[in-house]
Order: sequence, then C-alpha cells, then structure tokens
Amino acid sequence: MSAPAPGTPAAATGAAAKAAYDRRWQRILDCVALKTPERMPVVMYATFWLAKYAGITYRQLMYEYEMTREIAERAVLEFDPEAYNPMVLQSASGRALEAIGFKQLQWPGHGVRDDQPFQYLDREYMKPEEYDDFIFDPTGFYLHNYLPRVASAFEGFEELPHFPGLHYFRLVAGIRPFARPRVRAALANVMRAAEEVDRFVAQHTAFTERMTGLGYPCTNIATSIAPYDFIADYFRGARGMMTDLFRHKDKLLEALDKAAVFILRQTVASAKASGNPIVFIPTHWAPDAFMSEAQFRKFWWPSFRRVMIGLIEADLVPMPLWESDCTKRLEIIRDVPPGKCIYWFERTDMVRAFEVLGDVTALRGNLSPSMMTTGKPHEVDAAVRHLAENVFAKGGKLILDCAFGIPDETPVANVRAMFDAARKYAG
Amino acid sequence: MSDMSEQDRQLMEWLADMREDEALQLANKMLLEDGADPLRVLELCRNAMDIVGQRFSQGEYFLPELVLAGEMLQKIGAVAKPLIKQTAGGGQRKLAKVLIGTVHGDLHDIGKNIVTFMLDINGFEVKDIGVDVPVQTFIDEINGYAPDVVGLSGFLTLAFESMKETIAAIEAAGLRERMKIMIGGGQIDETVRAYTGADAFGRNAVDAVSLCKNWAVVAA
Repeated sequence: MSAPAPGTPAAATGAAAKAAYDRRWQRILDCVALKTPERMPVVMYATFWLAKYAGITYRQLMYEYEMTREIAERAVLEFDPEAYNPMVLQSASGRALEAIGFKQLQWPGHGVRDDQPFQYLDREYMKPEEYDDFIFDPTGFYLHNYLPRVASAFEGFEELPHFPGLHYFRLVAGIRPFARPRVRAALANVMRAAEEVDRFVAQHTAFTERMTGLGYPCTNIATSIAPYDFIADYFRGARGMMTDLFRHKDKLLEALDKAAVFILRQTVASAKASGNPIVFIPTHWAPDAFMSEAQFRKFWWPSFRRVMIGLIEADLVPMPLWESDCTKRLEIIRDVPPGKCIYWFERTDMVRAFEVLGDVTALRGNLSPSMMTTGKPHEVDAAVRHLAENVFAKGGKLILDCAFGIPDETPVANVRAMFDAARKYAG
Repeated sequence: MSDMSEQDRQLMEWLADMREDEALQLANKMLLEDGADPLRVLELCRNAMDIVGQRFSQGEYFLPELVLAGEMLQKIGAVAKPLIKQTAGGGQRKLAKVLIGTVHGDLHDIGKNIVTFMLDINGFEVKDIGVDVPVQTFIDEINGYAPDVVGLSGFLTLAFESMKETIAAIEAAGLRERMKIMIGGGQIDETVRAYTGADAFGRNAVDAVSLCKNWAVVAA
C-alpha cells in the first residue's frame, strides 16, 4: 500500500485505507479463531528501539510527544506490519511519570542516563503483615498505604479518613481530614498529575487514530496482569514473594483470589472502553525455572486462568506473553477454550509450542534477542524461514514477532530482514 | 561428615526440606542451649545446602527454595558467627575467588544475588560489587581483589554491549589471562557468549557453581 507522508491528513486515504486496515486486522482475527489467514501476519512491537531507529536519545523518546509520534508513524509506514503496539503509550511516558512522582521506576533523567531504558525497582512495597489489610479492604490499603509509597503525588493520602464505618453525623465529622494541608496538597498534586496524564493519553489516542486512518490497526490497547505477578512484582517484591510460598501461603492464596476479581473487572472495563478486544498480558513468574510444577499449579495458574476465562467470557482476547522459557508449562496452559487467545512466547521453542498448543491458541513470537541485536540479516532471514516452514506452513496460526518486541539495540537492517523474510516465506 | 548425631541429621533434614520454623528452633537450641560448636552447626548447614543444590540440579527445587535456604542460612549464621572463638581454626579454605557484578546500564540483581549466595555456600570467596557497575570499576576491583573468576550479570539486552565492553577493557588492561569470565542473565545464550568474548555462560546459579568448580579443579 502506498501510504501518505507523515503529516498528511489521514482522511486523505479514505476507503482504501479502511480496506487495508480491515484486511490486516482480519489476518490477526483469523489466527485467533484458528483459521488460516491469507498470509502470516507480522507485527511491530517497538519501544526504545524507536530511539535507535531515529537517532535520538531514550530521554527524548520519553519526553517529546510530537517527535515520538512522528517516529512511530515513520517506523510503521516503513516496515508495513499487520499491526503495531501502542508505541506512544509505551514510550512517551516521561512527563506523566514525573508529574505523578512515580517511585517504582528509574527512567532517563530520573536515576538512569539519557541513553538507558526505564527499569523497574524490585522492592518490598507491602510487608507480609499487611496481607490482612490488603485482603480485607484493597481500596483502603491502596489509599492509605500503597499509593503514597509508590508515587509522591499521593503523599498525604495516609491522612485520608477511613471511610467504611462512617455514618450519620460521624460521616459529617469524618471528612475533616480533607481540610488538612497535606491532604489538600496531595489532592492538588494528583489533579495536576492527572492533567499531564490526560495530555499523554491524548497523544496516544491521536496517534492510534491517525494510524487507523492510514490503514494500520493497533494490536491492543488494554493490558492486564496475572494475579501472582501483580502481588510479586508490585507488592511483595521477588524475595518476599518467593519466601511467602512457604511462610504465608494461605494469605497469599487468599490475596490471589481477591486480586483475580478486581484485576478482571478493571481489565474488562478498560478493554471495553478502548474498543480493542485484545488484552496484552506480560507474565513474569510463570517460567520453568522460577517454580516447580506443583507450585505453578497451586499458586500461579489457577487465578490467572480465572482472569483469562473471565476475559474470554467478556468477548475479549487474552494475549499473554509467556516470558522466558515455559516449555514445561505448555500442557498446563493448554487448558483454555480453543480459538480465543494469542499465546506469545519469548524463549519457549515455538515448534514445540505449536505441537502442544496449535489446536488451541494462536501463537506469537519469537526471534531471539541475541540474534536480533548481534546477528546478521541472513541469520534473521534463516530464523524467520525456520518459523514460517515449521510452524506457519504446518498449520500454526503464527503471528511473527521478536521474542518480546524489537530489542532496543537491534540494527535497522535486522528489522528490515525480519519483515522481508516474513513476506518471502509466508506470503 | 563423621559422628553425626540424630539431632545433626534432623537439622540437615529440616533445612533441606524447607521446614524453616523447626530448623531455626533446633539450630538455636543447639547453639544457645546445648553449647554446640558453631563451626559444626555451620558445616551442617552447608551440608544441607548441598542437598538443596542437588535438588535444584535435579529439577525438584527452584528459585523459591534457593531464596528460602539463603534466608535460613543467614539467620543461623547471625546466631552462630558471634559464638565462633578466635582460636577455632580460621575458617574453611576457599576454593577460589569470584568477583561478580551487574554490568553498566543494568540495575537488575535478583539473579546475581542468587548466584552470589550459591557460590558462597559452595565454598567460594565471593565479592559482589553491585549493579550498574562501570567498566573502570571492574578493572579497579580486579586489580585490588585478584579474582580467579569474574561473573558479569545482566538482564536487559543492553547488557550484551556492556559485557563486551567490560571484557574488552579487561583484555586491554592485560588482565584477561589471569581469570575466567562467565556471564549470565535472562537473555544470555551462546550467541551472546561468543559476541562478548566470555569463557562461558550459565542459565542459572547451579550452572555458575559448576563452571567455577570446574575451573577451580583445572587450576588446582
């Protein structure tokens, strides 16, 4: 398709763009439904690679909305994928993070250099003795404990009233904390931060609308999380969670049950609001090396499966990214209704995944990061050919991608090789 | 280990089976009430950790068991170490010295910390120099510490280049021949090993221990 130059009004492409959009999206939907698409879809998932592609710093990518939008558009038009990730939302968050005073990440200008990606700080954000508070009243725990710990805009919320139990004249008197200086300052800070977040999300929306006008669908807008990963990564921290499997297993199971309910409700609401049915769910703690099969069956899988089934029942399409190597989990994670999910694998052997899951889910992935960053175009070509011949050509509903999107350091020539090879070997 | 009492066996078994409460209670009783030799209690712990390591290698145990084992050992060590008399022999001879750190640009440390713990309990002297370690810091530490093995850790793909730079700098400083270099982390594979010029890569902490043990045997 001949796309207009960046900056050209999207409407100029009209019906042709709409037809192109529909064809691209249909290839993805065909994979989900386990139908053979007219060609193997290849998607573009880029975050900090966009900085390398355009020759700017990671900091610029995170802070310069207009520049990031322009670069993302240029990349999509150059490589012509079936679909792209919400690039602006996943890259240009610097101002929003700053406005909210986010403490769980370090990003360029805030703890890491301008040419480094943001990195998550694995810490204990909830103590083990706080499980009961979390389980009894997650909202109260968020307001009084969690939010001020993870973002400075919320500092002061510790002094908010405890709402449950307020009644009659106690309710009237109970709102006095809102007059306190720290609470007032916190509310003002949160409102200011929300205004920046509004600008940030508006940039994302403008970008996806423009790309829609040019004929390119976004793979997903909504994201979600496995309940186990939610508690492990964002509350207890890695060490805390691993020892909780022994020291606080009953509390942990209770917290997972609770989290599964509100994660599902929130995800359904955000996915429905986005208008895009695919829900991206990066998983962290499922890999073979991270826990035994018995631990996986007891602690990780049941609450996650409940979330996935809930999404499917809401006519949404869960797209978990199974990080690292999950070969030993394949038989277990097969237990989902056929034709409803996309399983994206990072290091799991894709041919093996196809053998076990080919009649149950679409597949996505998984060119290795080491090859993409240090290899040569002919090696990329061979790797795509391997997947095209051994998965797609044999009936696998494969959506070609890198292992976890395009690694930040990947030479542009290797990305070109990936897209060229996809067309060469699979339509 | 000779002359093992029923109590000794029980401590090892409870530690190896992740029965933390029972194991810590018994260790405290042995150390604080029975007057057991703290070095002997620590040796029992090391034996238990050997069993943990074996179960990890055999696919029975995974990261959670390694982490809990490390915490149990730390708690017993905190009670035992102040009780060790100065005359008690000066401690165990270490197999080799390992310098370990996460390369510059990368802040991840979970894997590195587990490797450090596993090397430590397997008889290596380990110096962990943290995360986001600049190339020059590695050079300075190598000059000061004189390790037999250098371990470079990294989770992000940017670590490939940082590892390559670090190893190139070690070579340029004329230090490369004195040591073995191993790399590890979420994305590390043979392609990255070849790219960086490391001697070996490991997929997990047991791999790291095996590599170091093999090198220590060859060097001995």
